[in-house]
Amino acid sequence: MKQISLIIDGKEVRVAKGTTILEAAKSVGIEIPHFCYYPELKPTAACRMCLVEVEGAKDLIASCAFQVAEGMVVRTQTERVIKARKLVIELLLSNHPLDCLTCESNGACKLQKYAYQLRISSSSYQGERHSYVIDESNPFFIRDYNKCILCGRCVMADKYVQFIGAIDYTHRGFNTKISSPFDRPLQETPCIFCGECVAVCPVGALMEKNRLYKGRIWELKKVNTICPYCGVGCSITLWVKDNEVIRVTSEGGVNKGSLCVKGRFGYDFINHSDRLTTPLVRKKGKLVEASWEEAIKTVADNLHKVKKKFGASAIAGLSSAKCTNEENYLFQKMMRAVIGTNNVDHCARL
Amino acid sequence: MAFGSGAMTNSINDLSQAQVFLVIGSNTTEAHPIIGIQIKKAVSENGAKLIVIDPRKIKLVDFAHIWLAQKPGTDVAIINGLLYVILSEGLVDKKFIRERTEGFEELKKVLSKYTPEAVEKISGVSAEDLRKAARLFGQAKSASIIYSMGITQHTTGVDNVLALANLAMATGNIGREGVGINPLRGQNNVQGACDVGCLPDVLPGYQKVLEEANRKKFEQAWNCRLPEEPGLTVVEMTNAALDGKIVAMYIMGENPMLSDPDLTHVKEALESLDFLVVQDIFLTETAELADVVLPGVSFAEKDGTFTSTERRVQRVRKVIEPIGGARPDWQIILEVSRALGYSMSYAHPSEIMTEIASLSPIYGGITYERLENGGLQWPCPTPDHPGTPILHREKFSRGLGKFHPVEYKPPAEEPDKNYPLILTTGRILFQYHTGTMTRRSEGINEITPTRIVEVNPNDAKKYRIEDGEEILVISRRGKVKARANVTTSIRPGTIFMPFHFAESAANILTNSALDPIAKIPELKVCAVRVEIANKKQ
Ligand code: SF4
Ligand code: SF4
Ligand code: SF4
Repeated sequence: MKQISLIIDGKEVRVAKGTTILEAAKSVGIEIPHFCYYPELKPTAACRMCLVEVEGAKDLIASCAFQVAEGMVVRTQTERVIKARKLVIELLLSNHPLDCLTCESNGACKLQKYAYQLRISSSSYQGERHSYVIDESNPFFIRDYNKCILCGRCVMADKYVQFIGAIDYTHRGFNTKISSPFDRPLQETPCIFCGECVAVCPVGALMEKNRLYKGRIWELKKVNTICPYCGVGCSITLWVKDNEVIRVTSEGGVNKGSLCVKGRFGYDFINHSDRLTTPLVRKKGKLVEASWEEAIKTVADNLHKVKKKFGASAIAGLSSAKCTNEENYLFQKMMRAVIGTNNVDHCARL
Repeated sequence: MAFGSGAMTNSINDLSQAQVFLVIGSNTTEAHPIIGIQIKKAVSENGAKLIVIDPRKIKLVDFAHIWLAQKPGTDVAIINGLLYVILSEGLVDKKFIRERTEGFEELKKVLSKYTPEAVEKISGVSAEDLRKAARLFGQAKSASIIYSMGITQHTTGVDNVLALANLAMATGNIGREGVGINPLRGQNNVQGACDVGCLPDVLPGYQKVLEEANRKKFEQAWNCRLPEEPGLTVVEMTNAALDGKIVAMYIMGENPMLSDPDLTHVKEALESLDFLVVQDIFLTETAELADVVLPGVSFAEKDGTFTSTERRVQRVRKVIEPIGGARPDWQIILEVSRALGYSMSYAHPSEIMTEIASLSPIYGGITYERLENGGLQWPCPTPDHPGTPILHREKFSRGLGKFHPVEYKPPAEEPDKNYPLILTTGRILFQYHTGTMTRRSEGINEITPTRIVEVNPNDAKKYRIEDGEEILVISRRGKVKARANVTTSIRPGTIFMPFHFAESAANILTNSALDPIAKIPELKVCAVRVEIANKKQ
């Protein structure tokens, strides 16, 4: 592919033809602030936060949508650029509930991050403010219109990553918002609750219900693992506090960061109160709690008895498509080497 | 099998290079949503074409160029019909057939009777649509076949798969990017459970029990004597239990009380056992019948690996401590084995993987260290082997790919006067297998329509069923109540029920007739009739 040379903030940069200024800057560690740009999505140049100065151009340029050209000279930190960014932030803050104290996005929010970088604590614009009712109608996530900065990422993710089209810009002007047609609850739309929209929201407007008030972002432990549901094997990250899984996200993997409703929201079973926490042994027709020693002994004694009386082939084992390879391996080893039968299978024959 | 392996031949990410997708018996957007995205993206953005063969108007049909709504159980006829057209219009890949396959002449003979007109009679799919689909598939430079349980859960499941293999080989769609035969595995680690030997006829790594050399190798490694005869499959186990030949069972992490066909029969079988151990994380319908219940842990509480539908072995990592007194399943097995007088010791699951690698060549090069960077696709025979994203590149595992002529056989149970409708079952997006996990997720339960049965408006009119009405679905084996959802999504003469719900377990109705080779129950087709639920008997 053809390589292009340009200069960004005095640094020489070489990138493939077709790269945007924002991505070219990123490749040499220069972060240009942005809200609507998201690596997996087509650029929309909606937020005006990524404006930069390009030598020879009269106006500031949206770096997320503008492709590099040979010999281009780009500046991302000039007074004019900073002033433009400040304006964007001030306008957003003039209509934003500054409740970072309890907002779950605190610490991960792009609006907060840039306001901090630009040292803006409140807006000098005093104007009309929205006071929308928070949409809590679906079981998985809330939509707080008051916090929405209309960057459009959720719309793009819904349309071009998941190909669903459940949400879009609706209404006009000051009342513009993102919603389903006629503001119907998402359950009554084609929405599949993949949560892709939640994952890309740069602020706290879309938020998983299950994590509300369960812990601040910086208190959570993150561990990468694999989704336990279907055979696609999506990579997932579990967020944990106090031995409880409170959130699932994804980066990369075969799924390239996308998940379905099961992978993203189907984890309450892990810490569910129905979980078995002690062995049970049947006594006088009833299953009653027992110690591990007793339970294991009962299993061994009975299997032993059956084997002695009827032979090993009177015993059969079913292992699990939900257990790990190591466990399945050990299970068939136990059936074959210890009990002495090939009667071992698993339930799902596909 | 046709070319010696039952896994996805290609990788999830190279699907996007297909020019044509043939999706058959897979409700991909619901059962494997992330692969559904890949197909939608390829169609919407790369101009790929999509052929859907399914009795239901699944979501992918909205993206499809051709939808063939066949009568359930007639897949072999349809696929042979496609091949007939491809052959008669000169769209076969002669070079591929000559250089890489054998048995094409025999196939030709069988195909001769599957004219589009004959297939129309069997399947209800119009001859013209079949021709269009065949041309689209046959003319593509790369065509990928995607299938799932809709193909395998039939008495003719193996024939269905063989027919698809014939189609792929005849058109040279094997061994490159964007082609292949791609079965999508239902549960997260079915692939892995098979790979490591949880099958009655093969030892880990698909090494046949019947071959003495294989047994010798494992006997030496495990220091034991191994039984020489293959064992019983899951449905055979149930029958053997009823005959008193199986007396004790150990069931780990499975709920056959919901997933198996003909539930009444399964319950009787499990109750007839002298001794039943169930190891699970919940007191499932199956665990309730047990003599001993051992609490295992969820995937979040242990280290290990899963193998995905694209043969990718990936690391599962411990995130939280076991809940209460539950223990990781691998440790429980070690203790039971010890109590039975056979001592195994592994300090960590990675040591178990080392043993697997040493005994099964397809996993030979896999170690936990190597898995840190995103997993490896088997075959991965040696420590420096990069894994195998695409199977059968230069040659098939068995050398030449073999055409297996297959004939259409009607399903074991066909509709008749008393049971005039066909019931087909399947998965829906928001639930997972028997629901042991998803049914304990409040959100997912809240949005899931429970206990539904899809009925075509024609049939609804015929049987005077209103949308939303409670109806009884009755088969030769039992009856189940469900709410009618009158919709053109399902072809006339066929009704559809999801199989996740304990309270209207569709599997009470289904037929446990087995495919004679793969021993997969015919969950997809059985004959039923419907009645209004509150009608006086
Ligand atoms: S959850 Fe998924 S389908 Fe629903 S609106 Fe968000 S992106 Fe669209
Ligand atoms: S909800 Fe979030 S992602 Fe969507 S437009 Fe508002 S701020 Fe952007
Ligand atoms: S997130 Fe969805 S598609 Fe991905 S593995 Fe989990 S269940 Fe399958």
